[in-house]
Amino acid sequence: MVKKIRVLVAKPGLDGHDRGAKIVARALRDAGMEVVYTGLHQTAEQIVNTAIQEDVDVVGLSLLSGAHLTLFVDVARLLKEKDIHDVLIVGGGIIPQDDVPTLKKAGIAEVFGPGTPVDEIVSFIKKNVKR
Amino acid sequence: MTDLSARILSGDPRAIARLITLVENESADAIPTMKHIYAHTGRAHVIGVTGVMGSGKSSLIYELAVVYRAEGKKVGIIAIDPTSPFSGGALLGDRIRMMELSTDSGVFIRSMGTRGMMGGLTGALYDAVDILDAAGMDIILIETVGVGQDEVDIVKIADTTLVVLVPGLGDSVQTIKAGLMEIADIFVVNKADTPGVEQTVAELEAMLDLATAQTRAIPIVATSAKQRQGISLLKQRITEHSEFLKQSKQFETRRRQRYEAELVEIIKKRLLAFIFDEATLRDTVDRCITQISNKQLDPYSAADEILGRILK
Repeated sequence: MVKKIRVLVAKPGLDGHDRGAKIVARALRDAGMEVVYTGLHQTAEQIVNTAIQEDVDVVGLSLLSGAHLTLFVDVARLLKEKDIHDVLIVGGGIIPQDDVPTLKKAGIAEVFGPGTPVDEIVSFIKKNVKR
Repeated sequence: MTDLSARILSGDPRAIARLITLVENESADAIPTMKHIYAHTGRAHVIGVTGVMGSGKSSLIYELAVVYRAEGKKVGIIAIDPTSPFSGGALLGDRIRMMELSTDSGVFIRSMGTRGMMGGLTGALYDAVDILDAAGMDIILIETVGVGQDEVDIVKIADTTLVVLVPGLGDSVQTIKAGLMEIADIFVVNKADTPGVEQTVAELEAMLDLATAQTRAIPIVATSAKQRQGISLLKQRITEHSEFLKQSKQFETRRRQRYEAELVEIIKKRLLAFIFDEATLRDTVDRCITQISNKQLDPYSAADEILGRILK
C-alpha cells in the first residue's frame, strides 16, 4: 500500500497569472505529492468535476483577479452539493485579509498570501489532509 | 457483489475514481471489486497514443475524443506523466489540453504518474483500463509519457497503437531504427501546419517500403491538432484497423498477449511482495544482501538460496 497525496492546483476565473500556481505545484511535486494542474481560466464546475475524476485529497485554488469571494466560494459550495466533504480546500493569490474570515466560513481551510514560504503550504497540507 | 462494483458498472465517476486510486496505491481493498467487475471488461476499443514529448499527444487525444463524442461514444482517457525518481512526486499536466471535456458526463479523464514503472506506462494501467471498460466506456485512449526510442510497452495493452511524430526529428536513418518505429499500427505526423511535414511523411513512406513481410500496409496520417485537420481521417484509419484486427484474427492474438502481460504483472508484484515483505524471508534476504555487500556471496547464488527456500 503506497498512498500518495494527490492535489489539484486550479486557476479559476479570468486572470492569466499562473507563476504562483506553478511554483506551488512544483514545490508540492518536490514534496512527493502528485499534482494535477488544470491550466488557466477554469469554471467552478470544471474544477469540481476534475477533482472528482482525479480523486484528489486537496484542491488548491489560485486567483489574482479579485473574484475569490465568488469563485472560491462556488468551488466549495459545489463540492458540498456533490456530498464531497473529505477534500481539503486551500486558496492563494492576492486575497485581502478582510476577506479571509468569509472564505474560511465558506469552507476554505487556509489562505496563503504573497510571500508565503512554500514549506508552510506543504506542511499545512500534510497536517490537514482529511484522508 | 460489492457496493463499489455496482457503482462502477453503473458508470459512477466517483466510484471509478476511487477504485483507480485503490489500484494505484496497490491496496488489497481493490481486489474483491476487480474480481467482480472483470466479467464486464473486454468491450472497449483501447487506443494507445505514444510519441516523443511535445509531439502533441494530449491535444490529439482531445480532438479524437471530441470526434468520438459527436458519435455518442463514451470515452475514457488515461494520461500518464513521469513520477520523479527523487521525490516520488509528479506534475500531471496533460489535462490542461483537455479541460473542455471535463464537464462532459460521457468523458472520464484520469492522470496517472509512472510511479517507478519503466516502459512509458504505469503499474496500475491494466487495472485502470479494466475499470473504465467495465464502467461502460466505448473508447479508451491511453497517453504514454513522452517516450524516447525504446519505450514500447504500450503495445502490450493497446488494440491500436498510434505513434505520433512531428516534422524535424532527424534524418531518414532515424526512421529505420528499432523500437518505437516498429510498434505503430498507424503513424501520425502531427503539427502538419509546420514546415517539413511532406519530408517526414516521405521518409516514413520510404521506411515502410523497405519492410518486406507485412500483412497490412501501415497508414500515415498527417494531422494538425491545433487547426483540427486530419482528425476525422485519423479516426477512420483507427476504425479500419479495428476491423482489420477482427477479420484477421489478430484481435484475439493481441488480447491474449495483453492478458498474459497482465497476469505476469500480477504474479511478479505478488511474488516480489512475498519475498521482500514476508517476515520469515526478510531475515534471509537481509543476510544475503549483507553477504553480497561483503563479496562473500554473488547475487545469483543468493537468488538460488532465496528461491530454494520458497520452493521447498
